[in-house]
Amino acid sequence: MNAETGIGASVLRKEDARFITGKGQYTDDISVFGQTHCVFVRSPHARAKINSINTDAAMAVDGVIRVFTGSELVEDGIGDLPCGWVVTSKDGSPMIAPPHPPIATAVVNYVGEPYAFVVAETLQAARDGAEAVEADFEILEAVVETATASSSAQIHENAPNNQAYDWELGDKEATDAAFANADHVTTLDITNNRLIPNAIEPRAALGSFDAASSTYTLYTTSQNPHVERVVLALFVNVAPEANLRVISPDVGGGFGSKIFVYAEETAVIWASAKVGRPIKWRADRTESFLADAHGRDHVTKAELALSSDGEMLGLRVKTIANMGAYLSTFSSSVPTYLYGTLMAGQYKTPAIYVETQAVFTNTAPVDAYRGAGRPEATYVVERVVETAARELNMDPVELRRKNFIPPDAFPYQTPVALEYDTGNYGASMSMALDLADSDGYAARKATSEANGKLRGRGYSCYIEACGIAPSQLVISLGAGVGLFESAEVRVDVSGSVTVMTGSHSHGQGHETTFAQLVSDRLGIPFESVNVIHGDTGRSDYGLGTYGSRSIAVGGSAIDRALDKIIAKGKKIAAHMFETTDDQVEFAEGQFSYAGSNEPKPFAEIAGAAYIPAVYPLDELEPGLSEKAFYDPQNFTYPAGSYVCEVEIDPSTGVTEIQKFVAVDDFGNVINPMIVEGQVHGGLAQGIGQALLEHGIYDADGNLSTGSYMDYAMPRAADLPDFEVDMTSTPCTHNPLGVKGCGEAGAIGSPAAVMNAITDALGVKDVPMPATPHTVWETIQQGA
Amino acid sequence: MYTFNFRRASSLEDAQQIHQSSSDAVYVAGGMTLIPSLKLRLANPDDVVDLSQIDGLGAISSADGAVSVGAMARHCEVAATTDIPALAALANRIGDGQVRNRGTIGGSLANNDPAADYPAAVLGLGATIHTNSRTIAGDDFFVDLFETALGDGEIITRVDFPIPKRAAYAKFANQASKYAVVGVMVAETDSGVRVGVTGAGACAFRLTSFEDALSANMSASALDGIDVDSSDFNSDLHASAAYRGSLVTVMAKQAVEQLTA
Repeated sequence: MNAETGIGASVLRKEDARFITGKGQYTDDISVFGQTHCVFVRSPHARAKINSINTDAAMAVDGVIRVFTGSELVEDGIGDLPCGWVVTSKDGSPMIAPPHPPIATAVVNYVGEPYAFVVAETLQAARDGAEAVEADFEILEAVVETATASSSAQIHENAPNNQAYDWELGDKEATDAAFANADHVTTLDITNNRLIPNAIEPRAALGSFDAASSTYTLYTTSQNPHVERVVLALFVNVAPEANLRVISPDVGGGFGSKIFVYAEETAVIWASAKVGRPIKWRADRTESFLADAHGRDHVTKAELALSSDGEMLGLRVKTIANMGAYLSTFSSSVPTYLYGTLMAGQYKTPAIYVETQAVFTNTAPVDAYRGAGRPEATYVVERVVETAARELNMDPVELRRKNFIPPDAFPYQTPVALEYDTGNYGASMSMALDLADSDGYAARKATSEANGKLRGRGYSCYIEACGIAPSQLVISLGAGVGLFESAEVRVDVSGSVTVMTGSHSHGQGHETTFAQLVSDRLGIPFESVNVIHGDTGRSDYGLGTYGSRSIAVGGSAIDRALDKIIAKGKKIAAHMFETTDDQVEFAEGQFSYAGSNEPKPFAEIAGAAYIPAVYPLDELEPGLSEKAFYDPQNFTYPAGSYVCEVEIDPSTGVTEIQKFVAVDDFGNVINPMIVEGQVHGGLAQGIGQALLEHGIYDADGNLSTGSYMDYAMPRAADLPDFEVDMTSTPCTHNPLGVKGCGEAGAIGSPAAVMNAITDALGVKDVPMPATPHTVWETIQQGA
Repeated sequence: MYTFNFRRASSLEDAQQIHQSSSDAVYVAGGMTLIPSLKLRLANPDDVVDLSQIDGLGAISSADGAVSVGAMARHCEVAATTDIPALAALANRIGDGQVRNRGTIGGSLANNDPAADYPAAVLGLGATIHTNSRTIAGDDFFVDLFETALGDGEIITRVDFPIPKRAAYAKFANQASKYAVVGVMVAETDSGVRVGVTGAGACAFRLTSFEDALSANMSASALDGIDVDSSDFNSDLHASAAYRGSLVTVMAKQAVEQLTA
């Protein structure tokens, strides 16, 4: 195979030329004839009853075309924004999903919730109109705190104690018994700070209705346009599915926040038919802060039972998860099936019991954000393991090694539902320790101390479950969608290939990675492969991109379609060779037959497929185009070992990361450069969570960190040079042996950083983010 | 943004005349504070009077032991000067590259953000502020939160910084905004040691207790044991008053260490 562009080659990304020269085509770059502009009128209150809304003054503003309130959508049969995963409580009752009208009607429940929107000739007129909308609110007491939400004022009529569900996983009795027999119990109370996603491109939507064909076209910043379409059609009742086309053009980052179906695109596509003209909306950054789904926000008590020599016997975890004001599209699954199931980590802990109480507050909805549940789980497991090692006076590396699931134990059934297919955790750990110059640590620590600084080291051995799957398992657990992926490989007459994938790229580089896969398997030039995604009008139903699923599920679907292409190619070649297809070999882009010394290149077979002269058409259809729907048998289980070394200046509280090593096992890798880039990005986000980022609401429910003046995003100067390497145990159950890499960095890194900081300070916990102020105060309290 | 009249002034007289004839006018220099305020509809002036085309208002020159910085000089231009390295270094840490390419010293001082950097330089270096109608001692310029000695419509024309014997600026930047949580300029000047502090209080101030101690002994240890009264300091999401109080000493020591290095 071509070593420069095939599987395993660090090919430069095809898509970057257009991105870095400003030629990307994002939703807001698209304009259509007759387009109008839309501005949403958002609640200034965290919780209030809407007594009345007066739109007269807004309608009188020059240039305003229509002003809509939520009740108009309800009257037109527009449904609530649904949560697509029904989680069941301990007592067997389904979760409580409060009414969530796209545009608020009777109450508002977070600052930034839309209660009206204005459509106007210009953006300026729409803004003026939005400002002229008058609402009479009766302000109610806001509930903000995660920990106390269940004992605060009740937000939703159908949700007593502000509880969405109270879920459990694992064997409670066995876990209690493990604790009863333990020599030592380590207890840790920790929080996982609320994060606010910040894609470079804010959310946007352009909805248009064509009266002649009764079809709607929605351009929007979605990570999964088919899911967007099916939700808008089936649940929100915007239009029959066949009459709705959703296009996600270039999308500038998602990190989970663009998975969900939001009020804004719902309003824009619905209203485009009412107004009779296309409507465009693009969030400004303030709206992104207020109304994108946020991430994390857990309060957790973790207890680890151990023998005196460090054998992990049982783990008990009790978490309160803040869901925000409503259940966003996939929010319910995040602190449950994407969280509790990961509590075994890399360890053979025999008994685990996890409880998650999901609570409502008057804050923006919380949903999946890079890692989605798995960073929270890793944070719990790896913080409590490190703490236990310190309490037992054991080397944290030794404690981990003692408890790792050994390489010969796979497939390994954990006590929390998952069956890990493969892994070698000790190998990653060894490589990470080498890269981190573990032996030189003592000398570095002495140097720091001589300079009046505090040095600390922390580890994090994460595991994640990626490529979320299999459909029937997740559906049995409450998911409202399957989790397969679709692919179509269309071979052109000349032998070039167009791939339609249900995966969606919003920065991941699929146009390159998938092209490498196709080029490698068909033996055709990399440049001859064109990957198309993000358009329900062009590809089959697909599930989109999140949960590091694109290569494991989407890539495997392409691989299956390629199998079919090759199989049909063999049949065509067999006629040309005057043999049977089982006698035809395909390798290196050539169909060959032992009885002929003239192999047929792939392009020749493609031509023959479409100019069907050489085979009987009653036996074989013309053409060379195949589809596959791939449904995985299991999750994939990327895992890795991270080492972080920090130096803290006690006079200012500033933490400097002096070393960060990440060794990941992603199984087989298609493009190492892209994978390394994904790891870097994930690490930046994880370190951002640990040191910088914090979504804070004040007691009245106002977002205190609603701009870059107060919400600190990681910058290059905040980050060290990463030392990144990989080990590989190929996935055993997908055809490519791949696992997925998109979230690993964000999952593994916060615990490594915080373990290092608590080590440096000699304290049990420092809340994230460990800002200079927080670290300084921790030092003062100890002084 | 609300609609407003954009008025480009051709001279200082023209600028002031437009300002006087308007019921609600604001000057725009670099616009680094005003434009975001306009975009967020937090400001709604009738007239925005642009000072950028007034001849000579951005000139930087050195003479008679002082650096004279025109009010429209961009931060990046001040950062490129060499006569007072501490002033150049301060300018080079304001905001980010885009801000430094647009923001001006006059705009920053007239705005008097409590976390801006330049006020520490004005106080620490003993600068004099010239306006279109008078001269104001730097020590008298900063009045309170976003409040200066400037009269209505008065325009800063230049700032004269006496070249110190030695000086250094240490800044603890907000991780999000890069504004100063605390910034301290320490200078040894012909008229004695001066210490200008920004970020900590409602507006920049001189810290005479530090000045006295450093006059006697220009070393970081001279500041040991001097109590900084932080009771009136700013307290917000990012830093408590006590933390700012501690940072004043830490930054002052860093500045002294730089200055004596």
